[in-house]
Amino acid sequence: MNGDLKSNRFRTEREADWKTLERLLAKAEGGRASRLTSAELMQIPLLYRSVVSALSVARATSLDASLVAYLEALATRAYFFVYGARAHLGDRLARFFRKDWPAAVRSLWRETLIATAILVFATAAGFTLVSSNPDWYGSILPGAMAQGRDPTATTALLKDALYHDAKGQPLSFFATFLFTHNAGVSILAFALGFAFCAPTALIVADNGLTLGALMALYASRGLLVPLGGWLSIHGTTELFATVIAAGAGFRIGWAVMFPGPLTRLEAARAAGRTAGAAMAGVVVMLVAAGVLEGVGRQTIQLDWARYAIGGAMLTLWLAYFYLPRREA
Amino acid sequence: MTVVPTPQPPAESEARFARRFITPEGADLRLMLGSGGDRAAAFLLDILIIIVTLIAFTLLIGWIVASVGLKDAELWGVAWLLGFFVLRSGYFIAFEAGPRAATPGKRILGLRVAARDGGRLTAEAVFVRNFMREIEVFLPGVFLLAANAAGDPVEGWVVLMGLIWTGGFLLFPMFNRDRLRLGDVVAGTWVVKAPRRSLAADLAAGHSGGDFAFTRDQVSAYGVKELQVLETVLRARDKRTMTAVAERIRGKIGWYKTPDERDEAFLTAYYAALRGRLEHRLLFGHRRRDKFDKA
Repeated sequence: MNGDLKSNRFRTEREADWKTLERLLAKAEGGRASRLTSAELMQIPLLYRSVVSALSVARATSLDASLVAYLEALATRAYFFVYGARAHLGDRLARFFRKDWPAAVRSLWRETLIATAILVFATAAGFTLVSSNPDWYGSILPGAMAQGRDPTATTALLKDALYHDAKGQPLSFFATFLFTHNAGVSILAFALGFAFCAPTALIVADNGLTLGALMALYASRGLLVPLGGWLSIHGTTELFATVIAAGAGFRIGWAVMFPGPLTRLEAARAAGRTAGAAMAGVVVMLVAAGVLEGVGRQTIQLDWARYAIGGAMLTLWLAYFYLPRREA
Repeated sequence: MTVVPTPQPPAESEARFARRFITPEGADLRLMLGSGGDRAAAFLLDILIIIVTLIAFTLLIGWIVASVGLKDAELWGVAWLLGFFVLRSGYFIAFEAGPRAATPGKRILGLRVAARDGGRLTAEAVFVRNFMREIEVFLPGVFLLAANAAGDPVEGWVVLMGLIWTGGFLLFPMFNRDRLRLGDVVAGTWVVKAPRRSLAADLAAGHSGGDFAFTRDQVSAYGVKELQVLETVLRARDKRTMTAVAERIRGKIGWYKTPDERDEAFLTAYYAALRGRLEHRLLFGHRRRDKFDKA
């Protein structure tokens, strides 16, 4: 009737470009973006724009449903590559460590302070409770977590737990278990913030009670100073991480409860952005704590050295997060 | 993918998940959100992959310990515990922060994670959306396990309350239009369909009428909707359907079948002619939706 359709000619003229884009995207999505030559990398945005315009034309002039669907899928894939393309990994990491992470933690200072207050208060409460009545110990620390460190244990055994739990090995199963457990607690404390903050506060308080109970037990045998060293070498980092995680959780819960002028959804997302950077940092801190606990504590047996390392780490974190700095 | 389902004009159920999504170039990509079923299937696949990997990993560690002896058993125990921890908390994060923004399960279902505002998906957002799984999946799981262990009635009630509470987190995506789970809400993400489609052949290619000469009245019998149904039929290539459809069309347009006329050839020719006519009208601003449309 009227020769080849216009929509068909339209397609034949551009098909090669679309196929090229498809090939480049497959290469990029396969995690081989680095294998794309710079010429190919430059080509993708151009091809993407031509596909987007082809899509608009096709929608207006072509009645080939499969063609329109194909172009939609291709344009969507390319969109995510072009606009989702990340900066170079090194640059992103540098930005994260230099700016995003400390900025996020700094902006959470109020929440972090509240979480710290809860932790300190609960520790004091745990200490007082167990000091006044050792029966409390069993209900605060269940058997599995106590690992034999309970009021019936001999002083020698308690002391032994502080120095020889590794039997000369740098990594012990129990230390690793504690690390994964505590990391899990930090993440849970963060996630529970969404439930209007209260469960996060409970988790932090629970942590503090345990800590206080343990301290009371060791204090009753005159071992408080060695315990402090045993705890602080990694504890300053780990508890700081927990407190920041809880602070990030508080931020989200607060935003959901009191969104202010934003909608609840927008408020949650804005809080999530800050909390996300802080949480990515919490993971780094937890890894650092894990190394200190798994390797440092087992190989360093001197109390003063443990205190020194714990104190140095705390100073380092505080300086890194809160020292005023030039805006980059 | 081998089977390319031919897209229909969006049905009611599909339109529910379609979202306007304007690119900076001003084009609407019409994103399709992942449905609840797809999301759940992808998640179950991922869990399956994690469990299988974990079993393989455990066997490997067990085999190593068995062959090198118990001397370093604790060290391998540490390796196992760390491996388990990394797999449990890192699997989703590592894959979603990658270039495909999808776990293997999502990829199989043709899904990916995207930022709701159309910007780039940051690693922070990926961290947040996956840490929230702790209360969406892990916590209900804990209560479910506790339900089995619950001894006295009081404990039973506590567990039940816990299940209802955390069940709310788990089922959250069922109660909002965009199928956002809690992690999506906080991270500012959503899960969209990003299937790979291959370009199917153009059915109207190389058809200049040939033996079939349709009159203008004959190619004015139908609209876009019927054209696209015809496209579906032609792509499916089911003989009986094609015969039935060809009979319907012949009856409608008053076409007399010659003895050696093949149904598929007739349908293809009619498809090309109808599309030519409708696209011609389209250029003049008339989109005829269906056969009842008098435009």
